[in-house]
Amino acid sequence: MERNNHLRRQVANLRQSLFDQGYLDDQFIELEELQDDANPNFVEEIVTLFYKDSARLIHSIDQALEKQPLDFTKLDNYMHQFKGSSSSIGAKKVKIECTQFSEYWRAGNVEGCKRTFQQLKREYVVLRKKLEVYFQSARQAGPTETMSCRPN
Amino acid sequence: MNIGSGSLVGVPSSTSSWKSGDVVSDQFPVGLRVLVVDDDPTCLRILEKMLRNCHYEVTKCNRAEIALSLLRENKNGFDIVISDVHMPDMDGFKLLEHIGLEMDLPVIMMSADDSKDVVMRGVTHGAYDYLIKPVRIEALKNIWQHVVRKKKHDWKDNNFDQSGSMEEGDRQQKLSEDVDYSSSANEGNWKNSKKRKEEEDEADERDDTSTLKKPRVVWSVELHQQFVQAVHQLGIDKAVPKKILELMNVPGLTRENVASHLQKYRLYLRRLSGVSQHQNELNNSFMGRPDATFGAISSLNGLDLQAIAAAGQIPAQSLATLQAAALGRSATKSAISMPLGDQRNLFSFENSKLRFPEGQQQLNNSNKQIDLLHGIPTNMEPKQLASLHHPSQSFVGMNMQVNSTTQHNNSLLMRMSQPQPRAQMLNGANNGSQVSRLPLSMQQSLSSEGIPGAVLAQSGIVDNVRGTVYNPVSQASSMVDFSVDQRQELQSYNFSLGSNSSGMSTLTNRRMLHEEVNSDMKGSRGFPSNYDIFNELHQPKSQNWGLQNVGSTFDSSHHPSIQGTQGVSSQLLLQQGISSTHNSGQNRNDPSGKPMYSNGEESGHSNPMGGPQLNSVGRNMLAVKAERFPDADYQSTFFPEQFGQDDLMSTFLKQQGSVGPVETEFGFDGYTLDNLPV
Repeated sequence: MERNNHLRRQVANLRQSLFDQGYLDDQFIELEELQDDANPNFVEEIVTLFYKDSARLIHSIDQALEKQPLDFTKLDNYMHQFKGSSSSIGAKKVKIECTQFSEYWRAGNVEGCKRTFQQLKREYVVLRKKLEVYFQSARQAGPTETMSCRPN
Repeated sequence: MNIGSGSLVGVPSSTSSWKSGDVVSDQFPVGLRVLVVDDDPTCLRILEKMLRNCHYEVTKCNRAEIALSLLRENKNGFDIVISDVHMPDMDGFKLLEHIGLEMDLPVIMMSADDSKDVVMRGVTHGAYDYLIKPVRIEALKNIWQHVVRKKKHDWKDNNFDQSGSMEEGDRQQKLSEDVDYSSSANEGNWKNSKKRKEEEDEADERDDTSTLKKPRVVWSVELHQQFVQAVHQLGIDKAVPKKILELMNVPGLTRENVASHLQKYRLYLRRLSGVSQHQNELNNSFMGRPDATFGAISSLNGLDLQAIAAAGQIPAQSLATLQAAALGRSATKSAISMPLGDQRNLFSFENSKLRFPEGQQQLNNSNKQIDLLHGIPTNMEPKQLASLHHPSQSFVGMNMQVNSTTQHNNSLLMRMSQPQPRAQMLNGANNGSQVSRLPLSMQQSLSSEGIPGAVLAQSGIVDNVRGTVYNPVSQASSMVDFSVDQRQELQSYNFSLGSNSSGMSTLTNRRMLHEEVNSDMKGSRGFPSNYDIFNELHQPKSQNWGLQNVGSTFDSSHHPSIQGTQGVSSQLLLQQGISSTHNSGQNRNDPSGKPMYSNGEESGHSNPMGGPQLNSVGRNMLAVKAERFPDADYQSTFFPEQFGQDDLMSTFLKQQGSVGPVETEFGFDGYTLDNLPV
């Protein structure tokens, strides 16, 4: 249907813009490639899982940053874990903030870390919204072709 | 490579599922059984999907402890493990060590952390690979190569092991510890030995798999003495395997056997030389802070400290020395200042001092290892650990506990030792597969130190118990039994437990504790290590039993061949002594194996027990122990924590040195300090 095609095009554009604007990187494509008939909504499931789980982590990091004195080991672990999972879904900007955070961390710049973390949270929220829109459109357009970037 | 094919020769079936039985060949690596461990659910889910897409069989797990128990329950259920580094319940590297020691599976680490030092830690801990997150499917597609490589390596090791005597058929099981001198000699050896041990064990079970089993060379006390004499005759620098072999003139012994044994011996000597310095420190610091140490250590290895603590408390009895030794190790933290001085007196080992230094160093290391224990589901654990954790008091308490609940304490100690021994055990003793993995842990303090220390600790504790209660002695015998029974339990611990005697020492301790009551001295039933412990305990020198036991225990699993596991330099040596005793799978009482049998006479440790298996040994041990404890036994026992392998060795040597005659009795004679050309 036209409408459907139109929708699909929209979804494709949405998707492309996410890459173009640097919100997503190749890892997202990896996830898309994992999606198949047996797991048709794999990417969305993963992203949902990520946001659910990382909310807890973000909260822990927030708390840890407020504590005096800072628990270095814990923070380090949290951050590594957060970086690991956000990079696994291809959240590019979020990952960049994580890296920045690590640099400040290594330099012992606590203020820098805190600032970066605030920035990180913003990126994290922005990406979530964008992905929600994307997934919703994809669902509307029809499951089969929208998400994959595979040349079919 | 088509290792998968069933036709692959020598693929050690123990570790992989692709045994001859499996029809993997054609589709390899399809069906590769992977265990993924990551506390992050997102990554875990992604990895699972990726691995499934690679047609692997995936099991996911979000906690390291669960992973370990899964692995333990199903020893051959997995081919490879992928684990995250930063996990809340257990450090990924610890898990790596555990797996290496116990199951000898290839482990791949992964993390978002790509800093060099972390990657380096992966390498030193023996990880087969290190993946940086985000992980791509391409990286996972090739993980099968690690499994294949490992199998091949193991197979080869086995084959080389006794190049002369072995037939190809049965090598695999005998992973030649000797052959694998790579990385830290110990590591390789341990791994090999451990692997071998396991494989051997398995091979035994599976007749078809290892058709020809090469007789493993057991470095009995006598044999070792001959070896040492030959080395001394030639001069440590000039001692080459060929010449040593000629001098020894032992039929059936190959140059390779000697070569690997020599290597271990050299490492042992090196370790000993490093020990002397610390002793003094240890003594002082030790007494001062049992608590401190305890605390410090406890954080690390609660267990270690405890062992030490326990040890510390027993000073009066002679445990002091042991403790000192053990504490010495922990002393690195300095807390355990077991009155080394005092203890030393007891032991009259000058070595004890040495031991401590090492212990200390190792202690730290061992500490690390001890932590591993946490992950290990030991039977005893919760209580015992708890009891152990009490600082200073715990020492005392421990002693008491030890006495009263020797079982528990022992178990604790054992546990403690376990982690350590693992390292150690793996190295030498066990040929088991796991040994190889330990590279890192072993290296560190000889990571095995942990074991030795632990072992010692155990022994110490055991001794304490024995000393005080002397039940242990009988228990030793019972220990032996324990080991047997416990084997199963210990299995998880594997390394210490027993598969190798060496491991057993630690394990045995545990077992002993448990079974103290049993006093069934079954003698080495299968746990050669038990003997080892006792033996070791008895022998002040042999204290290294931690090492020894470790070494031996690993193999042991009743294999007399424990000695074969020369891989572990010091430990193995020890083991050999011990394992030889065990080997026989059971009652090897042969003292040769266990130098430690303090047959009552230090100087002459002649293994009176030779024949009688543990029981007799146990008895002797009792007698000896009583005497010995004050000396070395305790030290050795307490060292467990500290001991990395080095410590054990040193302690061992010390004991030997002090004991003097040690040579005769246990194979370790060679190591007596006084004999050391070092």
